Amino acid sequence: MKTIFEQSVAGREGCWPCDGKAEETYIPKELLRDGEIGLPSAGELDVVRHFTKLSQRNFGVDGNFYPLGSCTMKYNPKFTEVVAAMPGFTRLHPVLPQLQGAGGLCQGALEVMHETERLLCEITGMHAYTLHPMAGAHGELTGVMLMAAYHKDKGNKKTKIIVPDSAHGTNPASAAIAGYEVVSIESRDGIVDPEALRAVLDDQVAGMMMTCPNTLGLFEKNLPEIVRMLREVDALLYYDGANLNAIMGKMRVGDAGFDIVHLNLHKTFATPHGGGGPGSGPVGVSKRVEPYLPISRVQKLEDGQFFLDYDYPKSIGYVAPFYGNFGVYLKAYAYILRLGGAGLTRATENAVLSANYMRKRLEDHFEIPYNRTCMHEFVASAVRQAEKGVHALDVAKALLDMGHHAPTIYFPLIVKECIMVEPTETENKATLDCFVDDLIAIAEMTDTDPETLQRAPVTLPVTRLDETLAARGMVLTEDMGK
Amino acid sequence: MPYVPHTPDEVREMLATIGVGSVEDLFAEITEDMRPQSFDVPEGLSEMEVLAKLEGMAAKNATDRISFLGAGFYDHYIPAAVDALTMRGEFYTAYTPYQPEASQGTLQAIFEYQTSVTRLLDMDCSNASVYDGGTALYEALMMAVRKTKRRKVVVSEALNPIYRVMLASYTSNLNIELVTVPHKNGKTDIEGIKAALDDTTAAVMVQNPNFFGSINDFTDLFAAAHEKKAVGIISCYPVLQTLLKTPGQMGADIAVAEGQSLGLPLSFGGPYLGIMTCTQNMVRQIPGRIVGRTQDKEGRTGYVLTLQAREQHIRRQKATSNICSNQSLCALRALVHMCALGEMGLKRAARLSVERAHLCAEKLTAIDGVEMLTDGPFGNEFAVTLPVNAFEIITRLTERGYVPGFPLGRYYEGLENGLLVACTEKTSEEQIGILTEMIKGALR
Repeated sequence: MKTIFEQSVAGREGCWPCDGKAEETYIPKELLRDGEIGLPSAGELDVVRHFTKLSQRNFGVDGNFYPLGSCTMKYNPKFTEVVAAMPGFTRLHPVLPQLQGAGGLCQGALEVMHETERLLCEITGMHAYTLHPMAGAHGELTGVMLMAAYHKDKGNKKTKIIVPDSAHGTNPASAAIAGYEVVSIESRDGIVDPEALRAVLDDQVAGMMMTCPNTLGLFEKNLPEIVRMLREVDALLYYDGANLNAIMGKMRVGDAGFDIVHLNLHKTFATPHGGGGPGSGPVGVSKRVEPYLPISRVQKLEDGQFFLDYDYPKSIGYVAPFYGNFGVYLKAYAYILRLGGAGLTRATENAVLSANYMRKRLEDHFEIPYNRTCMHEFVASAVRQAEKGVHALDVAKALLDMGHHAPTIYFPLIVKECIMVEPTETENKATLDCFVDDLIAIAEMTDTDPETLQRAPVTLPVTRLDETLAARGMVLTEDMGK
Repeated sequence: MPYVPHTPDEVREMLATIGVGSVEDLFAEITEDMRPQSFDVPEGLSEMEVLAKLEGMAAKNATDRISFLGAGFYDHYIPAAVDALTMRGEFYTAYTPYQPEASQGTLQAIFEYQTSVTRLLDMDCSNASVYDGGTALYEALMMAVRKTKRRKVVVSEALNPIYRVMLASYTSNLNIELVTVPHKNGKTDIEGIKAALDDTTAAVMVQNPNFFGSINDFTDLFAAAHEKKAVGIISCYPVLQTLLKTPGQMGADIAVAEGQSLGLPLSFGGPYLGIMTCTQNMVRQIPGRIVGRTQDKEGRTGYVLTLQAREQHIRRQKATSNICSNQSLCALRALVHMCALGEMGLKRAARLSVERAHLCAEKLTAIDGVEMLTDGPFGNEFAVTLPVNAFEIITRLTERGYVPGFPLGRYYEGLENGLLVACTEKTSEEQIGILTEMIKGALR
């Protein structure tokens, strides 16, 4: 499909109706730009049709089942968009509360922040929250910075952070970017092995980053022991909230002993992911970590008024210019209000039910490396199929032809030919059955017609793309490689 | 209960397939000592009730004030096509394009975004965006530190103070020295920055127009940085970049911007858009996602995420950055905004904003005791000094429906009388007239 630049016609007008005086009137010529920019010249209909056609070359949850493990692609209700588009929120300038007494001009927005923090505290059992982090990985970095501030304040000399081999890649990256040495530990039977932890645990350990249930969909049942071990060396326990959808109402990470937690609001709390963002990654902390939270912090006065408080001398400072992705957590807030406590618990129960149902239906057709009760997702493996030349990648591409988005593949790295399925609670049984039936059909085709699978997808705008060529040729804009 | 389709019969069937008696059996591994001590989340509400509650909260925000606030974040007009197209479910409810064949819409849009922003900033390469303009600056700093293996970064005090406090937070546990060169009456002290450069300098960081609205040419400064083998980093304002000498022409190595003014509402601080561009020799240092053009097996053009060997899902603790997602939908908004306005439209928005700001400056400085803080060229924002504390004037005028600007004393000691005033094409001549009369009245 042609790019919008290729469709551009010099002189064709966009939708701007009014004009200002020439720039030379106010700005000296030597400070001005030379020549054309090269932005498209297209009529409004050209633009509308181009982007409508582009959208049709995309899978989204509204059109396709999206069982991406660890990504929690549930259905995003539409009313939250109405909330986020309310002019009373979209028109608010973010520096407004920094004007003297002007907190009074944005009481509604501050109330949203205060209430959202309070609800997230109750859902996760944490003492306090910051909404500033703008994505899950940003929450991780904030969390690790909080660990550093905690230890520095106590005079602890700590240099290491422990990360299990099943963790998301962002965990070790966040720890390293915050200045820590990363120590990886191997899982045993799919979960953190207390013995492996003991072998690396010493006074130098600032903390450990855990996902529970982990990226194999398994509950970390040694958690109480792990908490005890970390406390002995004054190390903090960090919870990667990517999989929170599996435990709402069943476990609160604060009660279970975690000190720092980030949530991915676009996952658990049904905020659309928009093809890669924006997200929102609030961070919750236990009481002992609270003094280090980023500023500003929203507070409620006795008279019911809200204000932003910057007076936290031990704070790590600013991780965002303002209060995080307000428009994103506003949707999460509306979603939580809609579901309520019972609705959140029911979401968890059904997500776990759906995952176990699919796991069970697939067990005779694919290798299930950890075939026991899973949480909201499970890991299958295409090792049997791979022996016949059909790899996890081929399975994924064949699923695309059948109209499903593929599961997560080749992650976590510790499972060969990994296929990680997360159905979520919003898909009906017919969809789950259709997906399972198609996977079983693929497994059968491995014996009868592997070539078709290796050629897939054939129904989409493009067939398999050459990633090596992309990296080597490096054409990142219309102007490169010409 | 909303959004869960399973009927009781279906639940029974599914439990029978699994071979357990109840849903609760699936949670047996969460033992009693790990169960919640409370779960006091209120009862769910109907959609209508939630909307009414949020309407009530939105109404408590005073969005009816006529505002001259900018400080890096501007209220430009957004064509209706931007909302209509970016709200399409296929864009809105998609995930990260891990299966490129099923995400060509998102991928091609990002490729077009990369093309647009590199052309706008006149640089070679771009990533698929990061969280915001401040994060972009921090990531640019880290790119320079990796590239030069040096630890000192020279920062202009005329660079947005909100971003400077972010840089300080992010580098506090790292062995990085930030040297801040003071502004001179709101002007970037180019000679002062040059004097602070030495053989240990990783980068210089400046902003155009700077926080006070003042416009510069940093060609000499970047040349001086290059002599010391340091990296030149510039933060710019994308709308005005249609008119101003480009980062590329000035010889910048990395150019970043807050993309909010390209089709994103102010929305109380987010979501925004961090634009990051660089010269080709820096591209392997740039963090986050990058989309590249390639071919499929039949030779058709297609798009994929590329240069992924820099990223955390492959490199883990050795990745260039921990940034995983990007601001894809915001980048899409910026792209559609630029396309809908077109090259001419975006330039006209910039021109009109500059014209209105100059009219405003002329009227305000005609008031006795009100003077320009900074002499020399400016764009759509400028700083004046008032004969009284700016906070007080702002408070008085805000009560009467006008927010006259941002108080410079909030971040700059000694500038308590300083007021930063911004205009866009949405600012009318009438509004400027009323503001002038109000300030005149307040000073009387």
